[in-house]
Amino acid sequence: MKKIIAVLVGATALWAFSLSSELTPEEIIKKVDENMVSENRVTQSSMTIKGKRKNRVLTSKSWTIGSNQSFTEYLSPAREKGTKMLKLKEELWIYSPASDRTMRISGHMMRQSVMGSDLSYEDMMEDRELLEMYTAKLLGQEEIDGRKVFSLELNAKVDDVAYPKRKSWIDAERFVPLKEELFAKSGKLLKRVTMSNVKEVQGRWYPTKMIYKDMLKDGEGTMMEIISIQFNQEIPDYIFTKAALKK
Amino acid sequence: MLALKLAFKNLMAAGLRSWLNAIVLAFAYLLIIFFNGLMDGWNAQGKKQSIGWEFGQGQVWHPEYDPYDPFSLEDAHDLFPEVSASVPVLVRQASIYPSGRMQSVLLKGIPANQNLLELPTHNLVASNTGAIPVIIGERMASNSKLKVGDQLLMRWRDKNGTFDAQDIEIVSIFSTDVQSIDLGHVWIDLERLQGLTGYTNQATYLVSSTELEEGETGGWPHHTLGALLKPLDDLIATKKISSSIMYIILLGLALLAIFDTQVLSIFKRQKEIGTYVALGMTRWEVVRLFTFEGGAISILGAIMAAVIGTPLFYYLAKSGLQLPAASTENSGITIGDVMYPVFGLGLVLGTVVIIVLTSTLVSFWPAKRISKLDPTQALKGKIQ
Repeated sequence: MKKIIAVLVGATALWAFSLSSELTPEEIIKKVDENMVSENRVTQSSMTIKGKRKNRVLTSKSWTIGSNQSFTEYLSPAREKGTKMLKLKEELWIYSPASDRTMRISGHMMRQSVMGSDLSYEDMMEDRELLEMYTAKLLGQEEIDGRKVFSLELNAKVDDVAYPKRKSWIDAERFVPLKEELFAKSGKLLKRVTMSNVKEVQGRWYPTKMIYKDMLKDGEGTMMEIISIQFNQEIPDYIFTKAALKK
Repeated sequence: MLALKLAFKNLMAAGLRSWLNAIVLAFAYLLIIFFNGLMDGWNAQGKKQSIGWEFGQGQVWHPEYDPYDPFSLEDAHDLFPEVSASVPVLVRQASIYPSGRMQSVLLKGIPANQNLLELPTHNLVASNTGAIPVIIGERMASNSKLKVGDQLLMRWRDKNGTFDAQDIEIVSIFSTDVQSIDLGHVWIDLERLQGLTGYTNQATYLVSSTELEEGETGGWPHHTLGALLKPLDDLIATKKISSSIMYIILLGLALLAIFDTQVLSIFKRQKEIGTYVALGMTRWEVVRLFTFEGGAISILGAIMAAVIGTPLFYYLAKSGLQLPAASTENSGITIGDVMYPVFGLGLVLGTVVIIVLTSTLVSFWPAKRISKLDPTQALKGKIQ
């Protein structure tokens, strides 16, 4: 009986894979968008910044609507607890409880690392649909950690993208990226993101562990683990106001 | 004239007391002239350097540009107006990665063939390696541990916000006192920066080689040399005030000593005062004599200060004063490692006049008591 079940499961997986392999590159990234992009989301996560001597772990809770509105509150460690960040379009505000002050971060600072990590503020906020920004080309099929993946090359079709070229390795069954490489206009590799611990949340697959590596910087990178995530929630408007920073 | 002669004679007769007062006053003279000369030297040096390296004879800024506001940099660029004898500069923000560390920099594009500013921009065309040639200041080089020939990565965004990154090569390191064009700055050829960012024929500000008139700036706001140098003037004025506290205290002590000496003289020399009056001097003539005595201490101090100060200040003005590295490093202020004080005639004469006048005033104050003395009683040496 067990053998029959194993054969059936295997056959189903093969059938699913054969079906997905007939998908066009655009259809693949559309499916990725369906998993990764949402109207809004509420996330609790931990960020481990790997240092030369010791690692720093920060936990935070974020409320995000698209790529224009985001509010993050740091929950630990004690030194960062109560620090809040508000992003409204191109503007980023940071509230520091130690000084009880709200500071605006300039456009250039948005590209700097968050709390010394390998993520920039912009990386954290990015939530545009890939299909809207890129044309895709299927490079082939590979295997990452025992899972079949599509290897895709994405080239920007609009001007206002941060990374004009990406390489993505998409899980052929769940349609989530398991690895991404982000390139500069000159072709220089800027960042590598590896994703794992893919879980099903509210009917969509989502990677809950991501390791960001700024390829221009030394260091081992930054690990982001999602503790909980909820999509398409009711988020009150007042959260995305400067007044909410001091509450 | 008699009063003056007598005054100096009495002063010499007082011996050590007079000399001590004169020494303290001479010290006050030297200190006042030294500090003010140092500040004037800094001012002159700072202005000369700022004009040569940064300001030219004035600047014309993009209406959005504010060098003290990083928020303004994003939008402060446009096709620049035709301004004769000017050098355009485009300012963008970028990140460099020296030794695997990320560092934010201001990326400034300036024509490689300019010769208005002292920046060695002629080097910006030379690179055999294919990397983008850039020049930096020695403070920036020291902070980032960079030297000529080093290659490192630079990342920036073009006009659409798209990331780009390429290797840059340090082709020259310049030495300047103007820290505001050195710290955190990377200089690149203007045309190349325009090409890399897509801001063709655009600039953030123009540096002019001549004083511009209204209407010559093509609609962009004009910042005169005076306005550009005002922060330096204000800073030096503040420094002058804060450093004056020290020599005001010293001068105060010296004046207090003169005052005390006068009070003591009048108290001890009652018989002498009585004799002067008995010999036919009016009481006010005696007051004048004692006032001269006090004032003469300041003249004696001035002579002593001149004897010590002339060679000392001449040497300092010629060879300069080496400032400790930590006092000027990374302060962002235009200040050289060696400061050359300027001891102008106005400063020296002004200091002498102020000290002589104040000394005479504090000498007169106790001396005016003499006018109320009864000469008969004074002659008897009776204390009144």
